Amino acid sequence: MSTVVAVSRRSLPVGSVGAHAIGWWGMVCAVLTEAALFGYLLFSYFYFAIQPRQMAFPPQLPPLWLAAPNTVILLASSVAVWQGERGARRDSRARQVIGLGVGFALGVVFVGIQLLEWHSQPFGLSSNAYGSLFFTVTGFHMAHVILGLLILLSLTIWSALGYFDRYYSAPISIGVIYWHFVDAVWLAVFFSFYITPYLGLRHGP
Amino acid sequence: MTRFHLGKGMPTRVVACLALLFSIIPAGALHAEAPLSYLVGYGMRARSIATLTWALMLISAVVVIVVVGLLLAALRRGDSFAAFAPGTQLPVARPAGGASWIYVGVGISTLVLFVMAIWTVVTLAHVANPPRTDSALKIEITGHQWWWEVRYLSPDVSREFTTSNEIHIPLKQAVEVELRGVDVIHSFWVPALIGKTDVIPGQANRTWIEADKPGVYRGQCGEYCGEQHAHMGFEVIASSPEDFQKWWDSQLNTQPGAAPEAAQAQNTFIAKCGICHTVRGTGAGGHLGPDLTHLLGRRTIGAALLPNTRGHRSAWIADPQHLKPGNYMPRLELSGPELTAVSNYLDTLN
Amino acid sequence: MTTTELDRVPEVAPRDYGSPLASKLEHLWATKPGIVGWLGSVDHKEIGLRYIVTAFVFLLVGGLEALVFRIQLAWPNQHLLSPAQYDQLFSMHGATMILWYAFPVLTGFSVYLQPLVLGTRDMAMPRLNAFTYWVYLFSGLYLYVGLALGSAPNAGWFNYVPYASRPYNPGLNIDFYALANILLGISTTLGSLNFVVTILHQRAPGMSINRMPILSWGTLTISVGNLFAMPSVTLAFFFLWLDRQFGTHFYDPPSGQPLLWQHLFWMWGHPWVYVIVLPALSMVSEALPVLCRRPLVGYTAVALATVLTMVLGFGVWLHHMFATGLPNIALAFFSAVSLFIVIPSAVSNFAWLATIWTGRPVFNTAFLFFVGFIVVFVIGGVSGFMTGSVPADWQLTDTYFVVAHIHYVLIGWNLFAVMGASYFWFPKMFGRMLDEHLGRWNFWLMFIGFNVGFFPMHITGLLGMPRRVYTYPDGMGWDTLNLIITIGSYVMAAGMLLFIVNVFYSLRRGVVAGPNPWDAATLEWSTPSPPPPYNFVVIPTLASRTPLWEDRLDEGPYRSELNEGMPLDHGKEVLGTSSLDAQPNVILRMPEDSLVPLFFALVLTLLFAGLIVKFWWLVVTCIGAGLLLQLIWLWPRSELRERRP
Repeated sequence: MSTVVAVSRRSLPVGSVGAHAIGWWGMVCAVLTEAALFGYLLFSYFYFAIQPRQMAFPPQLPPLWLAAPNTVILLASSVAVWQGERGARRDSRARQVIGLGVGFALGVVFVGIQLLEWHSQPFGLSSNAYGSLFFTVTGFHMAHVILGLLILLSLTIWSALGYFDRYYSAPISIGVIYWHFVDAVWLAVFFSFYITPYLGLRHGP
Repeated sequence: MTRFHLGKGMPTRVVACLALLFSIIPAGALHAEAPLSYLVGYGMRARSIATLTWALMLISAVVVIVVVGLLLAALRRGDSFAAFAPGTQLPVARPAGGASWIYVGVGISTLVLFVMAIWTVVTLAHVANPPRTDSALKIEITGHQWWWEVRYLSPDVSREFTTSNEIHIPLKQAVEVELRGVDVIHSFWVPALIGKTDVIPGQANRTWIEADKPGVYRGQCGEYCGEQHAHMGFEVIASSPEDFQKWWDSQLNTQPGAAPEAAQAQNTFIAKCGICHTVRGTGAGGHLGPDLTHLLGRRTIGAALLPNTRGHRSAWIADPQHLKPGNYMPRLELSGPELTAVSNYLDTLN
Repeated sequence: MTTTELDRVPEVAPRDYGSPLASKLEHLWATKPGIVGWLGSVDHKEIGLRYIVTAFVFLLVGGLEALVFRIQLAWPNQHLLSPAQYDQLFSMHGATMILWYAFPVLTGFSVYLQPLVLGTRDMAMPRLNAFTYWVYLFSGLYLYVGLALGSAPNAGWFNYVPYASRPYNPGLNIDFYALANILLGISTTLGSLNFVVTILHQRAPGMSINRMPILSWGTLTISVGNLFAMPSVTLAFFFLWLDRQFGTHFYDPPSGQPLLWQHLFWMWGHPWVYVIVLPALSMVSEALPVLCRRPLVGYTAVALATVLTMVLGFGVWLHHMFATGLPNIALAFFSAVSLFIVIPSAVSNFAWLATIWTGRPVFNTAFLFFVGFIVVFVIGGVSGFMTGSVPADWQLTDTYFVVAHIHYVLIGWNLFAVMGASYFWFPKMFGRMLDEHLGRWNFWLMFIGFNVGFFPMHITGLLGMPRRVYTYPDGMGWDTLNLIITIGSYVMAAGMLLFIVNVFYSLRRGVVAGPNPWDAATLEWSTPSPPPPYNFVVIPTLASRTPLWEDRLDEGPYRSELNEGMPLDHGKEVLGTSSLDAQPNVILRMPEDSLVPLFFALVLTLLFAGLIVKFWWLVVTCIGAGLLLQLIWLWPRSELRERRP
């Protein structure tokens, strides 16, 4: 005697809701592939660093006194957007706008400081392998940051327009995943370029 | 439900075809008929690798025959259906016994793969490094688009010399080879003696070569390097240690100045060819093309493109682009007398 | 239809493709008429067919390229083609086949079939689906503009530096190749992303991960693989483009490292060869059992073997670099893994053999192609096994032995499977069967032509014939074999032509196929042929892997509910379910037809055109236009429930 399985009669949410949203899944996949991209970028850097025919590190290593505070600024922006996301969950339009807006502003500061740092480097993109790697890797990161800034700006404006409440706020969650990702990548890039030379990488194998 | 007739003799015919196909391989293995074949090795390295290659081939052939045999047997057994009208309901079942195929098949495959992995690593250990010897002969080979520069090194610097496209080695002695690249990636390969080692600009790769039968062994660039990759060959000539020493000594001689009546020919040569080519002992000291000091002693020209005869040499000089289009020796637009003069001069380069 | 409902208990309706419900769904899901509908369609079936047709066009073009240079190679010392022309032809042949045919054809089948086999109505991101097709098409056109200008890539599909660097290749050839690849890579990556989300989030209720069709295991596995592999080649080409245009020093010695190109290329390249065969193997695993009247032997083993192959595929790339002078320990390790990776392929091989042996085969053209596929599969597999052993590879690499191997695995594992899949799923796509008589000729010409054309390459390779040579001298033992190879390739081409004839003939005159001409087991066969725009009038609930065979197999107490289900007709709606157990957890809203994906693809292509001619103002303008289009695309919409209603 066979039994036909029943059609589900549960109440279901409709639309882009939280982690069930298509865009949420899409962003997770996008983060995975972009993480792989940065993995390959950093692979290239370390590949050069360990070759028998050594890559020449610049006499002045990239300045920690600019990059370290900049890292803190970027981390702070992640905290800010996290608060913005919480604002959505609490139905607080103000908190959304402030959190996302402050995150955006701090991100702009990050870009500004990094452009300053770029300008102050004695080497260029085509000076040598190190220069090519440094500017390409940090350049890829900066491009991702700028894209993130555009996302944060859009989210801030949409929040101000009252698009999101505690039920529907998937775009904010999705954008925030991306921003945290950008932050995490910076930590990897910062460690690779600014810290590892002091840990012995500049002297090769 | 009509049976689809594969034919009674079909499996036999298929196996026969496969056997025929596979048997062509040994027939072509003979060195004389296929100079670049590596199915027979003439030095320790190539022999080790050839044995491994034959083993891999035999196993592969057996696997193919067994799997195809099983497949054909599977098609012939039991009930089957010819094409039927779309939408017809046909019986469906899940007979037992299928899983054991996977266990047995994968089990046997794993065992075979494991054995071959061991054999691989053993062979690698055996052939990777040259046998230790104090009197190691060392040559430095530079790969150019599309020819080979060969420099013989020696503890006595006065005994070093450069030649091109033809490498002589003594029998039964491991010769260390250092490979240098100056333009694109090439690959140094003498199938009867050794597998490929790439020539990569910016790094010095090392290999070693050894022959235990006298003879001429053909080499070929083994990495696509541009338009004339097809014609970047060379030859390795293995001879007795005495003959090898005689050859080395003769290579050290510089070319004498020409007798007065031949001076005109030499001057033409130096003027037209000396920018790119070197003939030691004369004013021709260019390094863009192969060293020609003892050109006549070589069996081929153009990187094993043509046999080294006067006719071929003249044809080459008259229009190198016709014989090897894209190579870096330009058409020189020599007049008839100039061409004769240069050819005459080259005839003296023993 | 309510506009403000935040959640609801879905209704249940009977499965009736002639009901008013069906008409309503037809109205909701049908592509808009006219040119706007045609250019803006987001229907996965239309997009899937476009992918397949375009891929077949590239197959024919790539094949023509080979047929031309095979004339040159039929005899020694020919000069029909100059070396420069030959080099462009063989490079384009490789690139076209490996990049613009082999993956897109599988994408096309997947785009068409996945929603149908999973029991849903479209891909997770229909506009992205349309976009990835347009970018694929435009990237192929971009590449062929290079050929039309006489500046096609000429450094081989693998494009090694320094030969591909500016000093040795100053023209636009390599720039076309680099930029076309980066553009195509965008399509590939985003397409893979779409599959991952669809397969993990939109399966029919009850279709737990171990009840998913084996077909979906293939697509899911390689899509995840692509997400991790694609950035490597994109980066390789981007570094190359920077070196060539801006004088960076990634690859040029002494500052740069030529081998970095090979690492980055092959870290993508090896996973890629599994990407272009695993979905094809899954198509065989899906269709062959139907034609043997039994479920696949060893479903779990085959599914896990598919995943294992992809994972191991990331750990063997160095076997393309065995001759580059790497340390022996690295060579030994990568050789061992390269031999080990044969094992999961053996699992599939024996699963198929067991399925045929214990089943009752139906001898039609599709089945013939699958049988031919198995023969060619095992030959391609063993030649790979041979090259996996590093000392043997030192001899075999860069000879015609490898050419034989790659064609046995590409034509064998990909094309033969695609041919069988075409005969199998054509009735579902078009409502007509492909002609069997033409099919037999198609198969035998292809099978015989292919083996005559490519088996002798093993031999010429063992006799030392190098790859990538525009001609060869006589007296090397290769002459007769090369002539045989050329003849075989033309016979195979004739077979391929017959397939095209069969398609055109059968579209008009083929025997009408009903919903389930093969009496198959899975969900796609429960819809009409061709399926309506909405696929399923009600969403089925599953209880096994073979819903349409449950009564006859009688293997448990539960039966799938195929006769009633959720109609989801409050708009363009699909059901979202949990990723492992496929429990319903959300009702998702799908977008309407839109021209934005096409415009965005055009802007992106124009941007790349600007890059190759260095019109920077065009590049900047396109970036601006692109961002604007993205804003339009992603603007939160009420009807899609992306914002507060």
